[in-house]
Amino acid sequence: MSPLLASVGAETETAFTMPSINYYAIAPILILFGAAVVSVLVEAFVPQRGRRPVQLVIVVGSIVAALAVTIDLRGTRLVTGEGAIAVDGPTLLMWGALLVIGLLGALLMAERSIDPLGDAFAPRASALPGSEDEQEFTRRGFLQTEVWPFLLFALTGMLVFVASNDLLVMFVALEVMSLPLYLLAGMARRRRLLSQEAALKYFLLGAFSSAFFLYGAAMLYGFSGSVSLVAISDTLSAKTGEGSLVAIGIALLMVGLLFKVAAVPFHQWTPDVYQGAPTPVTGFMAATVKIAAFGALLRVLYVSLGGLRWDWEPMLWIIAALTMLVGSVVAITQTDIKRMLAYSSIAQAGFILVGVVAASPQGLASALFYLVAYAFTTIGTFAVITMVRDASGEATHLSKWAGLGKKSPVVAAVFSLFMLSLAGIPLTSGFVGKFGVFAAAIDSGNTWLVIVGVVASVIAAFFYVRVIVLMYFSDPTPDTASVVIPSAFTTIALTASAVMTIALGVFPQWLLDIITQAGVFIR
Amino acid sequence: MTELMPAEGVFSLIWLLIALPLAGAAVLLVGGRRTNAWGPLLGVLTVSASAVLGIVMLLQMMQNSPEQRTFDQTLFSWVFVGGFQADMAFQLDQLSMVFVLLITIVGALIHVYSLGYMSHDRDKRKFFGYLNLFVAAMLILVLANNYLLLYVGWEGVGLASYLLIGFWQHKPSAAAAAKKAFVINRIGDVGMSLAIMLMFVTFGTVSFQGVFGVADQASEGTLNAIGLLLLLAACGKSAQFPLQAWLLDAMEGPTPVSALIHAATMVTAGVYLIARSNAIFDVATVAATTVVVVGVVTVFIGAIIGSAKDDIKKSLAGSTMSQIGYMIAAAGLGPIGYVFAIFHLLTHGVFKAGLFLGAGSVMHGMNDNVDMRRYGALRKVMIVTYVTFAAGWLSIMGIPPFSGFFSKDEIIHAAFEQSVLTGVLLIIGAGVTGFYMTRMFIMTFLGKARWEDDVHPHESPKVMTVPLVLLAIGSLFLGMALLYWGNIETWLEPVVGYEAGESPISTTASIALSLLAVGLGVLVAYLMYQRRAVPIEAPHGSWLTRAARNELYGNEVNDVLVVQPTYYTSRWLVWFDNKGVDGFVNGSAAFVGGLSGRMRRYQTGFARSYALSMVGGAVLVVLALVLVRAS
Repeated sequence: MSPLLASVGAETETAFTMPSINYYAIAPILILFGAAVVSVLVEAFVPQRGRRPVQLVIVVGSIVAALAVTIDLRGTRLVTGEGAIAVDGPTLLMWGALLVIGLLGALLMAERSIDPLGDAFAPRASALPGSEDEQEFTRRGFLQTEVWPFLLFALTGMLVFVASNDLLVMFVALEVMSLPLYLLAGMARRRRLLSQEAALKYFLLGAFSSAFFLYGAAMLYGFSGSVSLVAISDTLSAKTGEGSLVAIGIALLMVGLLFKVAAVPFHQWTPDVYQGAPTPVTGFMAATVKIAAFGALLRVLYVSLGGLRWDWEPMLWIIAALTMLVGSVVAITQTDIKRMLAYSSIAQAGFILVGVVAASPQGLASALFYLVAYAFTTIGTFAVITMVRDASGEATHLSKWAGLGKKSPVVAAVFSLFMLSLAGIPLTSGFVGKFGVFAAAIDSGNTWLVIVGVVASVIAAFFYVRVIVLMYFSDPTPDTASVVIPSAFTTIALTASAVMTIALGVFPQWLLDIITQAGVFIR
Repeated sequence: MTELMPAEGVFSLIWLLIALPLAGAAVLLVGGRRTNAWGPLLGVLTVSASAVLGIVMLLQMMQNSPEQRTFDQTLFSWVFVGGFQADMAFQLDQLSMVFVLLITIVGALIHVYSLGYMSHDRDKRKFFGYLNLFVAAMLILVLANNYLLLYVGWEGVGLASYLLIGFWQHKPSAAAAAKKAFVINRIGDVGMSLAIMLMFVTFGTVSFQGVFGVADQASEGTLNAIGLLLLLAACGKSAQFPLQAWLLDAMEGPTPVSALIHAATMVTAGVYLIARSNAIFDVATVAATTVVVVGVVTVFIGAIIGSAKDDIKKSLAGSTMSQIGYMIAAAGLGPIGYVFAIFHLLTHGVFKAGLFLGAGSVMHGMNDNVDMRRYGALRKVMIVTYVTFAAGWLSIMGIPPFSGFFSKDEIIHAAFEQSVLTGVLLIIGAGVTGFYMTRMFIMTFLGKARWEDDVHPHESPKVMTVPLVLLAIGSLFLGMALLYWGNIETWLEPVVGYEAGESPISTTASIALSLLAVGLGVLVAYLMYQRRAVPIEAPHGSWLTRAARNELYGNEVNDVLVVQPTYYTSRWLVWFDNKGVDGFVNGSAAFVGGLSGRMRRYQTGFARSYALSMVGGAVLVVLALVLVRAS
């Protein structure tokens, strides 16, 4: 039917043309979006008591369904929605990763046994911190079930973000993904002021970066007369002479995207937000936003700006080097484990950028592997942090982790595994990932960047291993936190991420094969 | 041409030869103290079972024609990396067969003897565990079908040797001796690993079949290098010059250990290695000549040390060094010598084990005193030890019809075939052997009693004397049996090759000459120690005696050439590490830490300053792109 309509549209040019959309190819997006809408309706019509189980069924069910469709779509390479959405190998791979990590994040958010007061979220986010209302809501055991539609909307935005093939759709997706995350960051049950401050900062700076993105997109539109990535690329190769408009457009677009991946100097929101947000949200956000933002960045660079790689590579070299070094160096003096991991995530973004600037199919593959490996390790890391607690809630100060290895050997061992993976020690996924990006960079001639990366890795190893030393080689003090036994939700998420961290370190080949089959971005 | 036979029938159990003692070691070492009661017996049983299995295999092997006596058993692919492949695979042929029998039968006898010798030791299950471990490792060494697996056994026996020398680790001298043996052996092991690497680089394989098949195609320089590296390995393991210094200290270990490891089996591994690698040494003439030189030099070093030591075990250790010198020299002679090197190795394994166990029996009766100047006249109280020791004594001197006569005279005769000088030197060596062995025999069993006051010598229990008797019977008949009934040359010929050479003197003449030399040595010893009384305090002696007592200053030479330079290098490196490396590392750590402390101040917590830095960053990014594009 649609080819017929398209041909009719070609004859009468003024008439509105029904866009040709392959609905099955974008079914994962539609499923999550539909589920998110239903989830909002549940908040409106289902009584307070019944909401949580219904929401959980919707969230888990829709993610699993979207995942099933994604798997069924494997091998698909097409552009649909009149060139707005590209469903290709990298898209499907990142959809799969986002959905699995999203599911693990949902499990962490669903945890209710760790905090004696309830889950990780404020009973009513609207209540003033420390007010009588708040105490009343807590006493009555209210739960803020709005987190579930937020989660689904954010995931929907991410799926669109990595698949969007024009700048306008990409911008809309960026906002759909970001706005729910700003809210989620501000809904912590404990230390609410810190959480709200984090949310506000995240929102302000996020809006600021979105403006940069939008401005850059406008510049590129002004230059090429189109927002389509492919059309911009074609214009760039046709009109080679003209300079500054393109340069400014690319630069501003990059700023918007580099903000989301937390690259230096656009990284400063990261520690504050990671620390203030409820830990399950931090874990979810740290893992998924990294995938989504790098997915979009890679697509813009490879599809639209591939012909200009000599122009943007020097800028990204410097940003990658700075990101690795600043993240690693500043992490050394952190005393709060969530802040330390925030700087760690900045440094990790630098390592992934090393793969990105390789600007080769190998670089793309290595960055994708790194993203998947990093996402699993990260969500596991934050899962452990939710469990290490004292009377006032999570014990995030590093001094309270002293001697934890003696009090809770299993949890400490799992956390050590994640730290070793983040440090890139062999037999963990982090090593394979780091090796991949460095190898790709050397093949592209960026040896000096690899040297900087290795130096940064050495610095980073210090603070990762320091946590292990603290846990195992110090004696427990009265201040040492204890590990709370979680319910099946957290246990499943933690086990899955630990298993994947080892599996991708010891047998990485299956994922490498999948990535190789995924190939490159469609044009 | 020999064929490779599949390991079928009884030969499918080749792995079991090793697995039995290995399992014994595992049970004894993992089981701990609770196995003290029955553990030693288990150790004896596993080795005896391997011995029985070995005998069955021998009988089966003799059924096959000489070309069909090589059996190959591949268990699994062990290392497979890139082009490098090594299998967990065993090769049983005529050469490894005789070694299997030597190791398991002598090993079993020494296990039995140890039941008596170690009966009062509170850690005896550990002792038997280590002994079993040794037997298993030694069997891996001789059964491997490639150099890498051989290396596993090589290191395994080194480990067992270390553990057993230091078995009485509460004695500082024993701990030091164990360490010394280990360190000196490492030097030889470096040669071994380099040889294996060089073989892989040259031939692309480390399996015996692969290397020997193409050995003659490599350049002679490479083959000489491989041969010299293998010789270095052999020198370490077999205590040959210049790596001989550890063997005398190794006598700190319990006497059964000295008998099994440091006389009969492990120290002969170097001879096995050279005989096994005959395809290389046949072409590598420089290396082969060096082998002969090393062997002859060690014959004299060992014999001279053996002549001066008053410690019965150290004197025997010098003798072992010297006798292995004979074997190494024979192996260096090439196809005229390999079979006799192995032949002497077998007879020596039996009579030297007998001599050591005899010495152990004497010490058992003398409150563990090892000083021969406090022995004397023991023939009256230890009749079985006396007679069996006499059999070993006559055998090592090469008195017909004892075993040593046949094997040593074949070596001397073969040496004449290659060079008169070598033959003459080896005959002189035989004379010195006659001297020191007679000296030992007289000082221990004849003459007047010089016992300490509280010593009451007595014969050892049956469990110790029965192995002595069996080994004495071996000392008497094994030479004849192997030469006339076993046809040792034709038996080994398919593996190591054999060709008779042209000798400038007749067989009768060389026998007569060597017997004359031995007779002279015996006479001198008789005059010095039987006709004159043996003083309890050692006399000052000539410069040669003093040098020999000091082990010909081998330790001092090592100290000056190796230990002191290493020590000073290491002191310098420590200094450099403290000042230079640590200074750099700590300095950079302090630098990074300081930098971190400074940089975190830019994280002010104010959203406005974050936004400002974003703007700054954006400006820089824009400028960078514009500039790059403009250029």
